[in-house]
Amino acid sequence: MLETKGLCRSFGALEVARDIDFRLERGARHALIGPNGAGKTTFVNLLTGVLPPSRGKVLLEGEDVTTLAQAKRVKRGIARTFQINQLFRGLSVLENVCIAVSERLGVSGSMLRPAGKRADAIEEASRLIGMLRLHTDAGRRIVELPYGRQRLVEIAIALGLNPRVLLLDEPAAGIPSAESHILLDAIATLPKDIAVLIIEHDMDLVFRFAERITVLVSGAIFAQGTPAEIAANAEVRAVYLGNAA
Amino acid sequence: MTAARQLAERHRFRWWELLPWIAGVAVFFAFPTYLSFGTQVLITILFALSLDLVLGYAGIVTLGHAAFFGAGAYTVGMLAQHLGWNEPLSGLLVAALVAGAIGLASGLVLLRTHGLTLLMLTLCTMTLLEQAANMGAAWTGGFDGMPGLSFTKILGLFSFDALYFRSQYLYVLAVLFICFVIVRMLIYSSFGQSLTGIRENLLRMHAVGAPVRARQVLAYTVSAALAGVAGALFTQANGYANLAVLGLERAAGVLIVLILGGYGRLYGAFVGAIAYMVLEHVLAKAYPTAWQLGLGLTLIAVALFARNGILGLGDALRRRFAESAR
Repeated sequence: MLETKGLCRSFGALEVARDIDFRLERGARHALIGPNGAGKTTFVNLLTGVLPPSRGKVLLEGEDVTTLAQAKRVKRGIARTFQINQLFRGLSVLENVCIAVSERLGVSGSMLRPAGKRADAIEEASRLIGMLRLHTDAGRRIVELPYGRQRLVEIAIALGLNPRVLLLDEPAAGIPSAESHILLDAIATLPKDIAVLIIEHDMDLVFRFAERITVLVSGAIFAQGTPAEIAANAEVRAVYLGNAA
Repeated sequence: MTAARQLAERHRFRWWELLPWIAGVAVFFAFPTYLSFGTQVLITILFALSLDLVLGYAGIVTLGHAAFFGAGAYTVGMLAQHLGWNEPLSGLLVAALVAGAIGLASGLVLLRTHGLTLLMLTLCTMTLLEQAANMGAAWTGGFDGMPGLSFTKILGLFSFDALYFRSQYLYVLAVLFICFVIVRMLIYSSFGQSLTGIRENLLRMHAVGAPVRARQVLAYTVSAALAGVAGALFTQANGYANLAVLGLERAAGVLIVLILGGYGRLYGAFVGAIAYMVLEHVLAKAYPTAWQLGLGLTLIAVALFARNGILGLGDALRRRFAESAR
């Protein structure tokens, strides 16, 4: 579904993505792990069009989207969350999700009809908020929410875009471990044909979620395989997992 | 009330929204000798409202909004002076189109930039227009401007009243009302919601697939057209246009008005314009040589203690009372 071929990105002499050949199949539950500074977020930025690659291609359903702007990639079904929350902090949870849903429904350019009369957008946003168990916070402004709840709003916004490919950049960071199951439950309810790529440091969550894992080190793919294969890989253990596996 | 219901009902008119308009009409009867001043206040409200659309809602920081006010002011002035086009309402429409076209053209270029660069470029655009008005004396009157302009009756019924500004006041009040309804409709629309999103988080708006720059340019164009209408009203009401309509003083003044009232709040333009101009008027009368000192001290106090303007201060006090009542 989403594929990269020879993807490279340099900042001056610093290579942050090196010849990455990566494939995310339809319906995949894939995790991208690696030590800090491995280039995981840069890779997501390359996939979403935030950064243009120095070399290589990004293909969506076989179509070259390398030069497409970020907004156009979103329209084609690539949605993401951010490592650090990127929310509309002065707006309510419901409004945050509504903005995303309205954008997807193509009604955001309407200058005449009040946003409040878009019952379809409000209903869908409310459903997503309920799915992430944020309904008690729906009317609260983002600045009034604890960080962990804000992470869930990030995910609700991404889901509001009805993605075909969902890229979650450290979605569980800041979510209390007792609530991380909400995240997994939400992912479990997604249609099976949505491909989900998760970048995460919480190995427990990674191994519960992923059917396949890619290990990125110094901007290059170091290893790929099933969770069992990665856990058994001595080199990966040495480079990244240490004793955790 | 649930959040969904609150959002669904937010655009509905509230009873208290009638108050500014009732007050506007009441002023006409209660202060007949202050209608010239009242007309200037109404024009400033409209100008500040146009700025609020870009600054308060779309988050576009500009220091050159007087460019559009001036474009509107000079458009109706030149039409009246050189082409004998003195009909006020069609003049307003042409002024809106000219200012909107300048807003569109400059917005397409300027809104590729952000922050300080954008601030400087908006200032430069205004200065360029000011210099063009200064140098094009054959059309604009140059430094002397265009005094003694006259306009035909409004709707063929009401003459402009040079002495007491009665017709002008009601005319400007009516135009302000129409423009306010348009701005209100825009900010509560889905388009307005996306503008607020752009103001709140540009990165996120890109990530939800919004055509951010196109929306900004559109908002900038509409705002420019409204500022052009304000400028045109200024020329029609006062019967002159000169370089002061395009200057930094006017651009900075309207920014102060909006910050004073509270930007991104729809009624901030009303509160700010009234507070600023009444304060200016009272201080200038009481202390003819030092009135700016009082104005400066007031603005410092607002900047220090009411960073969201007078309306923001009101909101904060209301929240505090609500919390203490719990």
